[in-house]
Amino acid sequence: MSVAKTKKFKGLSRELIALRIANELEDGTYVNLGIGIPTLVSDWIEGRDIVLQAELGMLNTGPLASQEEVEQDLINASCQPVTELPGSCYFSENESFAMIRGGYMDAAVLGALQVSEEGDLAGWQNPGRGLPEDIGNIGGSMDLAVGARKVIIAMMHVTNDGQYKIVKKCSYPLTARGVVDLIVTDLAFIEVTPKGLVLREVAPGLTAKDVQSVTEPKLIVSPDLIEMAF
Amino acid sequence: MNKVFPNVAKAVEDIPDGASIAIAGFFTAGTPLPLIKALVEQGAKDLTIICMQMGPGNEDINQLVVNKQIKKAICNYPFYRSASRGANSPTEQAVRAGDIEMEVSPMGTFSERLRCGGAGIAAFYTPTGVGTVVEEGKEKRQFGDREYLLETALKPDYAFVYAYKGDRMGNLCCHKTARNYNPEMAAAAKITIAAVENIVEPGEIDGDMVHIPGVYVQRVVKVDRLRYIPTID
Repeated sequence: MSVAKTKKFKGLSRELIALRIANELEDGTYVNLGIGIPTLVSDWIEGRDIVLQAELGMLNTGPLASQEEVEQDLINASCQPVTELPGSCYFSENESFAMIRGGYMDAAVLGALQVSEEGDLAGWQNPGRGLPEDIGNIGGSMDLAVGARKVIIAMMHVTNDGQYKIVKKCSYPLTARGVVDLIVTDLAFIEVTPKGLVLREVAPGLTAKDVQSVTEPKLIVSPDLIEMAF
Repeated sequence: MNKVFPNVAKAVEDIPDGASIAIAGFFTAGTPLPLIKALVEQGAKDLTIICMQMGPGNEDINQLVVNKQIKKAICNYPFYRSASRGANSPTEQAVRAGDIEMEVSPMGTFSERLRCGGAGIAAFYTPTGVGTVVEEGKEKRQFGDREYLLETALKPDYAFVYAYKGDRMGNLCCHKTARNYNPEMAAAAKITIAAVENIVEPGEIDGDMVHIPGVYVQRVVKVDRLRYIPTID
């Protein structure tokens, strides 16, 4: 296993990763948010013209329910009680995934364990858990990865013990091949292109060299490289 | 036509050893817990259980595992998200010990296998899972510029479903996100048993509001509305 041997950099909080992604989403779109940092994106799009899908069968999912609003038949895909908005609608889980595979989600924001320079995504099984390699919580991740028109990854740049998460080739079981469009981490904003990973933005105070030191594949530094702004 | 059974025990009484049973519900929402409890009491063994999850939001299913009633499970999100919590759960322990055979399908593939089972379709091609462990042992075929996997239908012997409202003809109306897997599982199974909160007379459910037509439902049983706080923590 490759290890990034450099110092740890101080980057964005999980909330600011979510904000950077929220700013990347376009108005008038349908979006699915995965578990973890992706869920935080919903905190930053209130009032925006963005419709969130909950994959168990709901469109226009509202904010998390307050204690008084909790309705046991109204949850999101992370089993959190949520609320309705004007224009919310319900359907079966089967129709929800027909929608996803059918290409009706403009974007999916997903977490990841590893992303390769070719846009391969590994996010459903950590081999460290010790389960057989074909058994684990696949959930909706594989369908979203192949079905959404744009796949945006929200994650920390390296693991807690400093291992690369942006790698030449994923060593963990794959969710899908060649599907990732954007990677937003605590340290960088990276676009996956046919030529390789293009570093477009760095977290405030960091340099391209800093980000490269914790990224296994060679980054192509955009001539327009900027610091992330909010 | 009257499909109403007097209680959950009678509704599950005939389930034999070796039966396959689809159990609806997405985590806590729309899960027919009273029927799972009745199955624990009933005691049928060597069961194949088809459900989203084996524990998270569905703690009652653990008792089927503890009683060694399950031979095989087909799921899409079987385990707790937390590795430490999972390691202590009966299902994960039984899978690790080889006491339960576990098959995992991606979520959309899982429900489409059920939909096909109820719709007379033997198998279907999906792009989901290409290039992953999911493709092992499956036919892969190119249509246009994309590859697809051949996935086969699921046709369980029984389905346990949950509805907010139902009539004695078996027409069911679900509530919000509690609909989830219920319609496809009801259609896929030979015998569908519906746990219903409110049993009403035919005609009292607006025909436009029927989510599961009665033709798919063989048994209806009244259950009390469950009260719980949705959580998987």
